[in-house]
Amino acid sequence: MYRYDDYDQQLVDERVAQFTDQTRRYFAGELTEEEFLPLRLQNGIYIQRHAPMLRLAIPYGNLRADQVRMYGHIARTYDRGYGHFTTRHNMQFNWCELEKMPEILAKLATVQLHAIQTSGNCIRNTSTDPFAGVAEDERIDPRPWCELIRQWSTFHPEFAYLPRKFKIAVNGAEEDRAVIRCHDIGLELIKNDAGETGFRIFVGGGLGRTPIIGEEIASFVPWQHLLTYCESILRVYNRFGRRDNKFKARIKIIVKSLGIDEFRRRVEADWAHFKDGPSTLTQQELDRVAACFVDPDYKTLPKTDAGYVQAQADSKPFAAWVKRNVRGHKRPGYASVVLSLKKTGVPPGDVTDAQLDLIADLADRYSFGEVRITHEQNVVLADVEQSALFALWEQARAGGLATPNIGLLTDMICCPGGDFCSLANAKSIPIAEAVQRRFDDLDYLHDIGELELNISGCMNACGHHHVGHIGILGVDKNGEEWYQITIGGRQGNLTHLGKVIGPSFAAADVPDVIETLVNTYVAHRHEGERFIDTVHRIGADPFKQAVYGDKTPAQRKVANG
Amino acid sequence: MAKLIKNQQILDDTWQVLTPEDGADAATVAVPAGQWIVPLAVWQAQPALAARGDVAPLLEGADDPADLADQLGTLSLVAVNFPRFADGRGYSIATLLRSRYGYTGELRAIGDVLRDQFNYFTRCGFDALQPPVDKYTDAQLGAALASLKDFTDPYQASATFRDPLFRRHARHAA
Repeated sequence: MYRYDDYDQQLVDERVAQFTDQTRRYFAGELTEEEFLPLRLQNGIYIQRHAPMLRLAIPYGNLRADQVRMYGHIARTYDRGYGHFTTRHNMQFNWCELEKMPEILAKLATVQLHAIQTSGNCIRNTSTDPFAGVAEDERIDPRPWCELIRQWSTFHPEFAYLPRKFKIAVNGAEEDRAVIRCHDIGLELIKNDAGETGFRIFVGGGLGRTPIIGEEIASFVPWQHLLTYCESILRVYNRFGRRDNKFKARIKIIVKSLGIDEFRRRVEADWAHFKDGPSTLTQQELDRVAACFVDPDYKTLPKTDAGYVQAQADSKPFAAWVKRNVRGHKRPGYASVVLSLKKTGVPPGDVTDAQLDLIADLADRYSFGEVRITHEQNVVLADVEQSALFALWEQARAGGLATPNIGLLTDMICCPGGDFCSLANAKSIPIAEAVQRRFDDLDYLHDIGELELNISGCMNACGHHHVGHIGILGVDKNGEEWYQITIGGRQGNLTHLGKVIGPSFAAADVPDVIETLVNTYVAHRHEGERFIDTVHRIGADPFKQAVYGDKTPAQRKVANG
Repeated sequence: MAKLIKNQQILDDTWQVLTPEDGADAATVAVPAGQWIVPLAVWQAQPALAARGDVAPLLEGADDPADLADQLGTLSLVAVNFPRFADGRGYSIATLLRSRYGYTGELRAIGDVLRDQFNYFTRCGFDALQPPVDKYTDAQLGAALASLKDFTDPYQASATFRDPLFRRHARHAA
């Protein structure tokens, strides 16, 4: 992991001092609500339904065990004993008092944690592959680049008051696990024919109200020019992006209205003047940062651990967990483990203080003291010896972290929804729970196979419903909560936006509809075919027919067709 | 009298901002004697103003700083308006004036100029900051000077830090 030097630490400490004074002036009446708003937002603080929410940054998803313990401490001391991992490498606390925020941020800063730019119209936390550095299909480790972007984007003076929020994601593997084409800037690390590292750059992707897949703005930008090129994109956006309508203010709207060719022309005209300028990255700086991401001290192990194989034969529950929650690793004898935060009855992504302590302990015991957070709201221990997996599983299971459902229907992505979020049109957590209860039978769940179900409580799409194999979107109809269903969306290299199947449903009907969709898949699937592949092979009509039959929308209770 | 923060000091300021009536013809708007900051359209429509020496152009967010590029060598003041503090276009305009077009005269932020943005203003190249009249008491404005120094050693290159942190200091792997 990246290790702060004195300059990094000083900046975080100065941020705490700055915000402490801003909060003081706010309570003294020297700052209006309007003036304080972007200041608190850029320190991660929303005013939500119950209390202020604090959103903390987990830079590109990486955490040390002592940082996870600090989360546990914050949850116990200032919250109600739990926190929530979001879909963009953030941790959210829902019950902290505004007056206590400076104190909380000061404590977090002691372990290099912060809430910098986790909200507001600025460059947000960069996200990437949770298996960076250990994935078998990795071309180039994205983490040093994410760290360079973190530093460049932190307190960038030119881009703190953009038209709207701005999100960057980086992928360095064959399979895109960072949804880069649904980000304002998506960066794909590649090598050119000469073997030099650079970036294929996508711009203007995003979900939300107007879901758009990002377009390629540059096929290869040499790595030295990454920051100046991104600055030129941001500068064109900052100058010409729409500020008259919040819903049309994301970069995707101006990329669409200008067209990618004109947008590119403006960016490259600007870049011509800044390329090779002082912000050009140096080999020395790259080397300094990359030195923090070298392999840990791996042992030389046999490719397969005999005890591990035997334990799977002896224990069916352990084997089921291995099948779903353990991934291959580039080093012989090692594996990556996904700890599931998708236990039925617990809101997806929620984690208690005791679980946070346990995660930290497991990381220290089995995975070099580091953890990663996935955008699917689970926790990864990236470097575990195969011989330790059984012991790890027993402890994780005792702590409620070993539900064997990664990649299955109940491993759903879900935003906090109307239970917590003041933007939401509808609740999402009870929908997730109702669906999880319907599919709680593990044999059935495993038979259905890989199926990504994503739920958002409003069109801002924090739950990434557009790219779920099945997506559920909460909508408001005359003050009532309704749910619109999409199918056929997917993330990854073949990122695709799902299509709405028809009129929306009342909450109580949602589990039936999901079950009907699943049954339709089971009836049509070929041997070994996943839900998403069946949908793309046979099209949406058989699914619509199964759900709606011959009934017209008027005969069902429907809304917001 | 309006206050101006310049070189980390609070000064009285004698410049006035000319706001033509809606629909006024930029070519015929009268610019009285005295020091006036005028809209870019007026500045462009009345080339004689440049010779006066006591008139300066004002850029709005939608204006293109390239329009001043040929004159920047002779200008002693350029102002950029922030209609709302959350409208950040002026930061890019300042960056372009300083870094791309090489402007070295006074660059003044006017409009909704608040202390919590002072640090970002100056780093983008504003060396003169003019908060709204009556926004701050003298004591508050004095205290606000501290905000200029919110961050000692920022990561980025900008108008005031020619080099990014990694070129300014030898950083060692921790």
